[in-house]
Amino acid sequence: MFAAVDNFPALLIWLPLFGGLFSFFLKNAQQSKTNAIIFSASSLIVVLVSLFFSGKEHFLLNQVSYQWLTSIGSNFGLILDGLTRTMALLTAIVFFLVFLLIPAEQYKDANRFFALMLLTQCGLYGVFMATDALVFYLFWELALIPVYFLASIWGGEKRIRATFKFFIYTFVGSLFMLLAILYMYNKTNGASFSLMSFFNLNNTASEQYWLFFAFFIAFAIKMPLFPLHTWQPEAYEQSPTPVTLVLSSVMVKMGLFGMLRWVLPLFPLAVKYFNTSIIIVASIGIVYASLVAIYQDNIKRLIAYSSIAHIGLMAIGILTFKQIAVEGVLLQMFNHGINIAALWIVAYMIEKQTGITAISQLGGLARRAPVLAIFMVIASLANVALPLTNAFIGEFMIFNGIYQFNWMVAAFAGLSIIFSAVYTLNMIKNVFYGEERTALHSFADIKGVQILVFVVLTALILLVGFYPAPFFKMFSDSVGLILTKYNS
Amino acid sequence: MNAIIFSAVWGVLMMYTGFFVKSRNTINLIAIAGIVLLIICNVHEFISGMSLFSIDTKGMLFHSNFGLVFLLIILISTLMYFLLSGNDINAAGKSSSDLYALIFFILSGIGVVAGFKSLLMLFLGIEIVSIPLYVLAGSDKSNLKSNEAALKYFLMGSFSTGLMLMGITLIYGDTGSFYLDAIKAGLSVLTPMKAAGLLLVLASMAFKVSAAPFHFWTPDVYDGAPTVFTSFMATIVKSVAFYAFLHLFDNAFGNLHEDWKNLVAVIALLTLLIGNITAVFQQSVKRMLAYSSIAQAGFMMLAILSLNVFAKQGLLLYFAGYSIATLGIFAVLVKMKDHSVDAFNGLSKTNPIIALSVLVSLLSLAGIPLTAGFFAKYYMLLAVIREGHLMWLVVTAVLCAAVSIYYYFRVIQAMYFKEPTNILTLEFSSTFKWMMIINAILIIILGIHPDIILSLI
Repeated sequence: MFAAVDNFPALLIWLPLFGGLFSFFLKNAQQSKTNAIIFSASSLIVVLVSLFFSGKEHFLLNQVSYQWLTSIGSNFGLILDGLTRTMALLTAIVFFLVFLLIPAEQYKDANRFFALMLLTQCGLYGVFMATDALVFYLFWELALIPVYFLASIWGGEKRIRATFKFFIYTFVGSLFMLLAILYMYNKTNGASFSLMSFFNLNNTASEQYWLFFAFFIAFAIKMPLFPLHTWQPEAYEQSPTPVTLVLSSVMVKMGLFGMLRWVLPLFPLAVKYFNTSIIIVASIGIVYASLVAIYQDNIKRLIAYSSIAHIGLMAIGILTFKQIAVEGVLLQMFNHGINIAALWIVAYMIEKQTGITAISQLGGLARRAPVLAIFMVIASLANVALPLTNAFIGEFMIFNGIYQFNWMVAAFAGLSIIFSAVYTLNMIKNVFYGEERTALHSFADIKGVQILVFVVLTALILLVGFYPAPFFKMFSDSVGLILTKYNS
Repeated sequence: MNAIIFSAVWGVLMMYTGFFVKSRNTINLIAIAGIVLLIICNVHEFISGMSLFSIDTKGMLFHSNFGLVFLLIILISTLMYFLLSGNDINAAGKSSSDLYALIFFILSGIGVVAGFKSLLMLFLGIEIVSIPLYVLAGSDKSNLKSNEAALKYFLMGSFSTGLMLMGITLIYGDTGSFYLDAIKAGLSVLTPMKAAGLLLVLASMAFKVSAAPFHFWTPDVYDGAPTVFTSFMATIVKSVAFYAFLHLFDNAFGNLHEDWKNLVAVIALLTLLIGNITAVFQQSVKRMLAYSSIAQAGFMMLAILSLNVFAKQGLLLYFAGYSIATLGIFAVLVKMKDHSVDAFNGLSKTNPIIALSVLVSLLSLAGIPLTAGFFAKYYMLLAVIREGHLMWLVVTAVLCAAVSIYYYFRVIQAMYFKEPTNILTLEFSSTFKWMMIINAILIIILGIHPDIILSLI
């Protein structure tokens, strides 16, 4: 086979990495934007091509493994299975749309801005594709560093403190994950970091317990799960909105993804032992975050808390380790990425034009921007998981799994759906309808590329809502593999 | 062996160049030529396995591959040091040739330490390293702080050397030999006399590597000495002390590993905690780096503690990663009049290349992946995990690494996220910028492919 074909998954790493490094040397803002669009588009094409080869035996899905550190037995192992392709698709779409949307002159030193964004994308692909624990860890950090700089250089007034808090939280979590990785590596007798060799380790229950927590805390901080969520609202509020979008749409999925790829297969005993208590805490977190969201006046903070609630639900879905719930979570990870991206883009449009993020200072925007209002309503309805939107299917399946697990948890967590309707619809009402503020008279509706972006997002919301079957075909085998140790 | 002789000869040569060569740049070039020559000789010895000189040392000196790789790392670091800070060495004293000569004598001592097989040679090597260093610390004669630093360093250094001598005496008294092999064979059961000797040697080595609770001299000396020599002390000399520590405790006291292990674990724990926590409160970057060197020493102590293959390989990697990164930051710091964190404000806007290189160095010190510092810390942690039953220490080390983020990132925040406040913009020559770029590239290469060093051993 041609070398280039064998190396297909690795293209996803090289394209944004090369594009990002190249962007540092560009002088002109427009050039950097074009560069970012080209490289993100080509990685989108790579992902789309890989989607057409869903057969299990196809070479595009083969794992690739490059020799890297032979002396310590770490190989640069990558895989493009169902899980990865779902997340890679989300990453590719979101970054492409963001690059289309940001005006080149929006941020000074645009070349660096786009460069760091592309490097973030590289890190994300790496996290989703890695089959080698050390490589996973490297990309986990690699995704964090550029985002830290993006948020701290171009962020709001209190950015330095907020983003540093975010950085410290994530870094501390990942250090414990590193410890657990080293421990298991040591148990393989220094032979391998691969997921497969970790999978075959047969750790005892008490080992699994602490290893589970070392991994879980890293992932829970990233998601973030109550009560480790305190970095999030501040970081979202202070980051520039395109960065917040990437953070909440793709980056928090790293935590959920890590649960699926590493925690579920490796620590079945620990998951079975701790899941009830974690689920209880997480359900409290969901209701708490929803209630806080209702009382938020800042759009960015509202979306942030809404995100905490939704992610919490997905975490519960994973911990029930029911096939249907886990499949629902995967679908919902994709959906939530799309929906919240749409919400953030609306917030970004409003903030860019008016500089206002407080809901109480907005109102009646629908009269000035009817098209934006339509898209916003669709995105919001998807956020509330209305039937025929994408989120309905995902949340329905998650709740189905949770119900099989325990009906009381399902009922309690179900409150979040009601609350999410309250805060989302309230936001629409207060921002787009009602009395129009004089400061907003010059508000212009979306046009051109912006409409295109929204059309793509809306199409995805509705398409997945009507016909999600291709997704299940793509990842149900992979989910089955993850849950092997639970079914026997 | 090549390194010992050539560096001593070159040191003498450097002393006399001061009479004949007036241009400071030429002196600088001669010194760089000397280091390059040393590197070539050392590589030759490594590849051929033979020294250019056959001297009967009665088995007191023997350069193993491990020792030669260590020497190579030291020599390359020194080369980087000369390239980065050469002009500042020129500016440090009236006759820079003397200062270079002292550094070459130190290198000669390092050559002895790299191959000692007898406690006498250890003592000799450490003294040859230390005495020129006292002079370097006090080389800024008109500055009171420099004088104070030199005196403090001298008193503390001789005190710890005294401890070492007493320890050596007791061990000699018990085993009847200075040779490491004989000592190792004789030390299988712990007797009070051996224990006392071991304890004294351990304390003196802890002094030399500035491990807690013997670290008190470090911040004052590092802060007081001329910055350009602090840089040398904090990196190259510290690595040498650690090499001696490892070599001695592995090859002479290895059989008693179980007995002294817990003591070293406590020292490592204290060093990690004190170094990291105190560094958080420093306002001056120079002092912060002094405490950071204590904190990094805490990590390196983990290698002494575990003594397995990961520890030895990892320690060499640590020397390389830590030295290069610290040299890079110090090289910039030397050029600044003001050593506070605020002096770095907005450096990314006024000098983007310098800021980027300092950024890479800081990330490496903090142990962020894809820099040399990550794999260095990785090996230290792995070495301890390998030993088992010391998870509490590993967890503390990891938490300390998290704390260290705080003080390293303060400089990063100043450079990248704050507006320039310095009215006087710093000027850097283009050669210096290139050197800083090379420095950063070295760190990243070691971070992506540490096998470069590891495959040599």
